Amino acid sequence: MTVSPDLDLRFREAASTLGLIDIGYDLVESPIGELLVATSDRGVASIWFDPDPAEDLERLARIGGPRVLRSPRSVDRARRELDEYFAGQRRTFDLDLDLRALPPFTREVLGELARVPYGETTTYGALAQRVGHPRAARAVGTVMNRNRIPIVLPCHRVVGANGSLTGYAGGLDRKETLLELEGARS
Amino acid sequence: MMTAVAIPPFERFYEEHRNDVLRLLRGRLGADRADDAFQETFLRALRAYGRLEHGEHLRAWVLTIAQNVALDVLRRTRPTEELAETASTDSRPAYAELADLTDGLGPKERAAVVLRYGYDLSYDQIASALGSSQDAARQATSTGVRRIRRRINS
Repeated sequence: MTVSPDLDLRFREAASTLGLIDIGYDLVESPIGELLVATSDRGVASIWFDPDPAEDLERLARIGGPRVLRSPRSVDRARRELDEYFAGQRRTFDLDLDLRALPPFTREVLGELARVPYGETTTYGALAQRVGHPRAARAVGTVMNRNRIPIVLPCHRVVGANGSLTGYAGGLDRKETLLELEGARS
Repeated sequence: MMTAVAIPPFERFYEEHRNDVLRLLRGRLGADRADDAFQETFLRALRAYGRLEHGEHLRAWVLTIAQNVALDVLRRTRPTEELAETASTDSRPAYAELADLTDGLGPKERAAVVLRYGYDLSYDQIASALGSSQDAARQATSTGVRRIRRRINS
Protein backbone atom coordinates (compact mmCIF):
# COMPACT_ATOMS: atom_id res chain seq x y z
CA MET A 1 0.00 0.00 0.00
CA THR A 2 1.49 3.30 -1.08
CA VAL A 3 0.68 6.77 0.13
CA SER A 4 -0.56 8.84 -2.81
CA PRO A 5 1.34 12.02 -3.73
CA ASP A 6 -1.78 14.00 -2.88
CA LEU A 7 -2.12 12.60 0.64
CA ASP A 8 1.60 12.95 1.15
CA LEU A 9 1.55 16.63 0.19
CA ARG A 10 -1.47 17.31 2.39
CA PHE A 11 0.38 16.04 5.42
CA ARG A 12 3.50 18.02 4.59
CA GLU A 13 1.53 21.22 4.13
CA ALA A 14 -0.44 20.72 7.34
CA ALA A 15 2.77 20.10 9.28
CA SER A 16 4.26 23.30 7.93
CA THR A 17 1.11 25.38 8.44
CA LEU A 18 0.74 24.20 12.03
CA GLY A 19 4.36 25.15 12.74
CA LEU A 20 5.29 21.64 13.85
CA ILE A 21 8.58 21.28 12.02
CA ASP A 22 12.03 22.44 13.03
CA ILE A 23 13.40 22.56 9.50
CA GLY A 24 11.35 22.47 6.29
CA TYR A 25 13.19 21.94 3.05
CA ASP A 26 12.66 21.40 -0.63
CA LEU A 27 14.66 21.14 -3.83
CA VAL A 28 14.74 24.26 -5.97
CA GLU A 29 15.71 24.25 -9.65
CA SER A 30 18.24 26.86 -10.71
CA PRO A 31 20.59 27.62 -13.61
CA ILE A 32 23.49 26.43 -11.45
CA GLY A 33 21.84 23.11 -10.66
CA GLU A 34 19.40 21.82 -8.11
CA LEU A 35 19.60 23.52 -4.72
CA LEU A 36 18.43 22.17 -1.38
CA VAL A 37 16.83 25.11 0.41
CA ALA A 38 15.94 24.79 4.08
CA THR A 39 14.15 27.16 6.44
CA SER A 40 13.28 27.25 10.13
CA ASP A 41 10.85 29.53 11.94
CA ARG A 42 13.72 32.03 12.09
CA GLY A 43 14.39 32.17 8.38
CA VAL A 44 16.51 30.53 5.72
CA ALA A 45 18.85 28.09 7.43
CA SER A 46 20.76 26.69 4.47
CA ILE A 47 21.13 26.53 0.72
CA TRP A 48 23.20 23.62 -0.51
CA PHE A 49 24.51 22.67 -3.91
CA ASP A 50 24.35 19.08 -5.16
CA PRO A 51 21.68 17.80 -2.75
CA ASP A 52 22.43 14.41 -1.20
CA PRO A 53 19.53 13.13 0.92
CA ALA A 54 21.73 10.51 2.58
CA GLU A 55 23.72 13.22 4.37
CA ASP A 56 21.69 16.39 4.12
CA LEU A 57 18.88 15.30 6.45
CA GLU A 58 21.27 14.67 9.33
CA ARG A 59 23.05 17.96 8.66
CA LEU A 60 19.73 19.78 8.76
CA ALA A 61 18.78 18.06 12.01
CA ARG A 62 22.06 19.26 13.52
CA ILE A 63 21.16 22.84 12.59
CA GLY A 64 17.58 22.98 13.77
CA GLY A 65 16.38 19.78 15.48
CA PRO A 66 15.10 16.33 14.48
CA ARG A 67 11.78 17.44 13.03
CA VAL A 68 13.15 17.81 9.51
CA LEU A 69 10.52 17.47 6.79
CA ARG A 70 10.43 18.11 3.09
CA SER A 71 7.77 20.74 2.63
CA PRO A 72 7.43 22.82 -0.54
CA ARG A 73 5.36 25.45 1.25
CA SER A 74 8.01 26.24 3.83
CA VAL A 75 10.47 27.38 1.18
CA ASP A 76 7.95 29.19 -1.05
CA ARG A 77 9.25 32.64 -0.33
CA ALA A 78 12.92 31.73 -0.67
CA ARG A 79 12.14 29.89 -3.90
CA ARG A 80 10.37 32.92 -5.32
CA GLU A 81 13.21 35.28 -4.46
CA LEU A 82 15.83 32.89 -5.84
CA ASP A 83 13.82 32.52 -9.07
CA GLU A 84 13.68 36.30 -9.39
CA TYR A 85 17.39 36.59 -8.69
CA PHE A 86 18.29 34.04 -11.34
CA ALA A 87 15.95 35.76 -13.80
CA GLY A 88 17.88 38.99 -13.25
CA GLN A 89 14.88 40.65 -11.63
CA ARG A 90 16.16 40.83 -8.07
CA ARG A 91 19.37 42.40 -6.75
CA THR A 92 18.87 42.08 -3.00
CA PHE A 93 17.20 39.38 -0.95
CA ASP A 94 14.50 40.22 1.50
CA LEU A 95 14.73 37.02 3.57
CA ASP A 96 15.29 36.44 7.28
CA LEU A 97 18.26 34.18 7.97
CA ASP A 98 18.78 31.55 10.63
CA LEU A 99 22.42 31.90 11.71
CA ARG A 100 21.92 29.95 14.90
CA ALA A 101 24.93 28.34 16.56
CA LEU A 102 27.49 30.11 14.41
CA PRO A 103 30.48 31.54 16.29
CA PRO A 104 30.62 35.34 16.76
CA PHE A 105 33.49 35.85 14.30
CA THR A 106 31.61 33.93 11.62
CA ARG A 107 28.46 35.98 12.16
CA GLU A 108 30.43 39.20 12.01
CA VAL A 109 32.08 38.22 8.75
CA LEU A 110 28.78 37.07 7.24
CA GLY A 111 27.19 40.34 8.36
CA GLU A 112 29.84 42.29 6.44
CA LEU A 113 29.54 39.91 3.50
CA ALA A 114 25.81 40.66 3.29
CA ARG A 115 26.73 44.32 2.59
CA VAL A 116 28.79 43.59 -0.51
CA PRO A 117 26.55 44.98 -3.28
CA TYR A 118 25.14 43.09 -6.22
CA GLY A 119 27.44 43.09 -9.21
CA GLU A 120 30.55 44.07 -7.25
CA THR A 121 33.39 42.06 -5.81
CA THR A 122 35.60 42.46 -2.80
CA THR A 123 38.61 40.54 -1.50
CA TYR A 124 39.15 38.26 1.47
CA GLY A 125 41.61 40.79 2.87
CA ALA A 126 39.22 43.72 2.51
CA LEU A 127 36.50 41.80 4.28
CA ALA A 128 38.94 40.89 7.06
CA GLN A 129 39.81 44.55 7.40
CA ARG A 130 36.17 45.53 7.65
CA VAL A 131 35.57 43.23 10.61
CA GLY A 132 38.62 44.69 12.33
CA HIS A 133 40.99 41.77 11.81
CA PRO A 134 43.12 42.87 8.85
CA ARG A 135 45.41 39.83 9.08
CA ALA A 136 42.55 37.31 9.12
CA ALA A 137 42.08 36.96 5.35
CA ARG A 138 42.59 33.21 5.58
CA ALA A 139 40.03 32.87 8.38
CA VAL A 140 37.60 34.89 6.27
CA GLY A 141 38.24 32.43 3.44
CA THR A 142 37.30 29.58 5.75
CA VAL A 143 34.07 31.33 6.71
CA MET A 144 33.26 31.78 3.00
CA ASN A 145 34.00 28.14 2.34
CA ARG A 146 31.64 27.02 5.11
CA ASN A 147 28.92 29.59 4.38
CA ARG A 148 25.77 27.53 4.63
CA ILE A 149 23.56 30.13 2.93
CA PRO A 150 25.44 30.87 -0.33
CA ILE A 151 23.88 33.06 -3.04
CA VAL A 152 21.79 34.94 -0.43
CA LEU A 153 24.96 35.56 1.59
CA PRO A 154 27.05 36.38 -1.47
CA CYS A 155 30.37 34.65 -0.88
CA HIS A 156 30.66 34.42 -4.68
CA ARG A 157 31.45 38.15 -4.62
CA VAL A 158 34.64 37.60 -2.65
CA VAL A 159 37.75 37.05 -4.80
CA GLY A 160 41.51 36.91 -4.37
CA ALA A 161 43.63 40.06 -4.06
CA ASN A 162 44.82 39.61 -7.66
CA GLY A 163 41.25 39.33 -8.94
CA SER A 164 41.33 35.54 -9.40
CA LEU A 165 38.22 33.66 -8.34
CA THR A 166 40.31 31.64 -5.85
CA GLY A 167 37.68 29.15 -4.62
CA TYR A 168 34.02 28.37 -4.10
CA ALA A 169 32.41 25.59 -2.09
CA GLY A 170 30.00 24.98 -4.95
CA GLY A 171 32.79 24.91 -7.54
CA LEU A 172 34.43 27.73 -9.49
CA ASP A 173 32.08 27.31 -12.46
CA ARG A 174 29.16 28.29 -10.30
CA LYS A 175 31.01 31.27 -8.86
CA GLU A 176 31.76 32.48 -12.35
CA THR A 177 28.16 31.97 -13.49
CA LEU A 178 26.81 33.97 -10.56
CA LEU A 179 29.25 36.83 -11.16
CA GLU A 180 28.38 36.84 -14.86
CA LEU A 181 24.69 36.92 -14.03
CA GLU A 182 25.30 39.98 -11.89
CA GLY A 183 27.38 41.62 -14.61
CA ALA A 184 30.47 41.63 -12.42
CA ARG A 185 32.49 39.71 -15.03
CA SER A 186 32.31 39.74 -18.75
CA MET B 1 28.84 1.66 27.25
CA MET B 2 25.69 1.22 25.22
CA THR B 3 24.75 4.15 23.06
CA ALA B 4 21.11 4.90 22.46
CA VAL B 5 19.79 4.53 18.92
CA ALA B 6 19.89 7.98 17.36
CA ILE B 7 16.59 9.64 16.53
CA PRO B 8 16.43 9.85 12.74
CA PRO B 9 15.39 13.10 11.03
CA PHE B 10 11.57 13.03 10.86
CA GLU B 11 11.61 12.79 7.06
CA ARG B 12 13.38 9.43 7.23
CA PHE B 13 11.05 8.13 9.94
CA TYR B 14 8.01 9.27 7.94
CA GLU B 15 9.21 7.72 4.68
CA GLU B 16 9.96 4.46 6.40
CA HIS B 17 6.61 4.01 8.15
CA ARG B 18 4.01 5.92 6.16
CA ASN B 19 2.88 2.96 4.05
CA ASP B 20 2.47 0.70 7.09
CA VAL B 21 0.50 3.39 8.88
CA LEU B 22 -1.82 3.82 5.91
CA ARG B 23 -2.29 0.06 5.66
CA LEU B 24 -3.30 -0.17 9.29
CA LEU B 25 -5.70 2.75 9.02
CA ARG B 26 -7.35 1.44 5.86
CA GLY B 27 -7.86 -1.89 7.58
CA ARG B 28 -9.49 -0.19 10.53
CA LEU B 29 -11.40 2.63 8.90
CA GLY B 30 -11.75 1.93 5.18
CA ALA B 31 -10.16 3.96 2.41
CA ASP B 32 -12.42 7.00 2.79
CA ARG B 33 -11.65 7.79 6.38
CA ALA B 34 -8.08 6.57 6.38
CA ASP B 35 -6.65 9.69 4.73
CA ASP B 36 -7.66 12.12 7.47
CA ALA B 37 -6.54 9.64 10.10
CA PHE B 38 -3.20 9.27 8.32
CA GLN B 39 -2.59 12.98 8.54
CA GLU B 40 -3.68 13.09 12.17
CA THR B 41 -1.37 10.20 13.04
CA PHE B 42 1.75 11.85 11.67
CA LEU B 43 0.81 15.24 13.10
CA ARG B 44 0.56 13.62 16.53
CA ALA B 45 3.88 11.89 15.96
CA LEU B 46 5.41 15.20 14.91
CA ARG B 47 4.14 16.91 18.06
CA ALA B 48 5.81 14.27 20.24
CA TYR B 49 8.91 13.75 18.11
CA GLY B 50 10.99 16.53 19.63
CA ARG B 51 10.63 14.93 23.05
CA LEU B 52 11.79 11.44 22.09
CA GLU B 53 14.91 10.44 23.92
CA HIS B 54 16.07 7.74 21.54
CA GLY B 55 15.10 6.16 18.26
CA GLU B 56 14.12 2.63 19.36
CA HIS B 57 10.76 1.01 18.63
CA LEU B 58 9.65 3.85 16.40
CA ARG B 59 7.57 1.53 14.25
CA ALA B 60 5.64 0.22 17.26
CA TRP B 61 5.33 3.77 18.52
CA VAL B 62 3.81 5.20 15.36
CA LEU B 63 1.52 2.20 14.81
CA THR B 64 0.20 2.67 18.31
CA ILE B 65 -0.50 6.31 17.61
CA ALA B 66 -2.30 5.24 14.41
CA GLN B 67 -4.29 2.69 16.36
CA ASN B 68 -5.36 5.36 18.85
CA VAL B 69 -6.36 7.74 16.07
CA ALA B 70 -8.44 4.97 14.49
CA LEU B 71 -10.12 4.24 17.81
CA ASP B 72 -10.94 7.92 18.24
CA VAL B 73 -12.55 7.98 14.81
CA LEU B 74 -14.50 4.78 15.43
CA ARG B 75 -15.67 5.96 18.81
CA ARG B 76 -17.02 9.12 17.28
CA THR B 77 -18.88 7.37 14.49
CA ARG B 78 -19.75 3.77 15.31
CA PRO B 79 -21.52 1.74 17.95
CA THR B 80 -19.10 -0.25 20.11
CA GLU B 81 -20.01 -3.73 18.88
CA GLU B 82 -18.78 -2.97 15.38
CA LEU B 83 -15.60 -1.70 16.89
CA ALA B 84 -14.95 -5.08 18.44
CA GLU B 85 -15.64 -6.81 15.13
CA THR B 86 -13.21 -4.60 13.26
CA ALA B 87 -10.53 -5.27 15.80
CA SER B 88 -10.87 -9.04 15.45
CA THR B 89 -10.48 -9.18 11.67
CA ASP B 90 -6.75 -8.56 11.48
CA SER B 91 -3.67 -10.56 12.26
CA ARG B 92 -3.73 -9.57 15.91
CA PRO B 93 -0.66 -7.43 16.50
CA ALA B 94 0.13 -6.53 20.10
CA TYR B 95 -2.34 -3.71 20.39
CA ALA B 96 -5.12 -6.00 19.10
CA GLU B 97 -4.17 -8.76 21.53
CA LEU B 98 -4.73 -6.27 24.27
CA ALA B 99 -7.79 -4.69 22.66
CA ASP B 100 -10.40 -6.63 24.60
CA LEU B 101 -8.64 -6.21 27.90
CA THR B 102 -8.11 -2.50 27.48
CA ASP B 103 -11.50 -1.82 26.00
CA GLY B 104 -12.99 -0.06 28.99
CA LEU B 105 -10.04 2.26 29.57
CA GLY B 106 -9.70 5.90 28.64
CA PRO B 107 -7.57 6.60 25.56
CA LYS B 108 -4.52 7.66 27.54
CA GLU B 109 -4.57 4.69 29.90
CA ARG B 110 -5.22 2.31 27.04
CA ALA B 111 -2.31 3.67 25.06
CA ALA B 112 -0.05 3.53 28.11
CA VAL B 113 -0.94 -0.10 28.87
CA VAL B 114 -0.56 -1.20 25.25
CA LEU B 115 2.78 0.54 24.85
CA ARG B 116 4.08 -0.84 28.12
CA TYR B 117 2.88 -4.44 27.91
CA GLY B 118 2.19 -4.85 24.18
CA TYR B 119 5.40 -3.23 22.97
CA ASP B 120 7.57 -3.25 26.03
CA LEU B 121 8.37 0.44 25.70
CA SER B 122 10.03 2.33 28.53
CA TYR B 123 8.19 5.02 30.43
CA ASP B 124 10.13 7.81 28.78
CA GLN B 125 9.07 6.51 25.35
CA ILE B 126 5.48 6.20 26.51
CA ALA B 127 5.68 9.74 27.85
CA SER B 128 6.84 10.92 24.42
CA ALA B 129 4.05 9.06 22.67
CA LEU B 130 1.43 10.49 24.99
CA GLY B 131 2.94 13.95 25.14
CA SER B 132 3.14 13.79 28.92
CA SER B 133 5.74 13.51 31.66
CA GLN B 134 7.30 10.18 32.63
CA ASP B 135 5.46 10.30 35.93
CA ALA B 136 2.15 10.81 34.15
CA ALA B 137 2.96 7.88 31.84
CA ARG B 138 3.74 5.63 34.79
CA GLN B 139 0.57 6.81 36.52
CA ALA B 140 -1.60 6.18 33.43
CA THR B 141 -0.15 2.69 33.04
CA SER B 142 -0.73 1.67 36.66
CA THR B 143 -4.22 3.19 36.74
CA GLY B 144 -5.00 1.25 33.56
CA VAL B 145 -3.73 -2.02 34.98
CA ARG B 146 -5.64 -1.46 38.21
CA ARG B 147 -8.87 -0.88 36.29
CA ILE B 148 -8.36 -4.00 34.19
CA ARG B 149 -7.75 -6.07 37.32
CA ARG B 150 -10.81 -4.68 38.98
CA ARG B 151 -12.92 -5.51 35.95
CA ILE B 152 -11.58 -9.03 35.59
CA ASN B 153 -12.13 -9.72 39.28
CA SER B 154 -15.64 -8.30 39.41
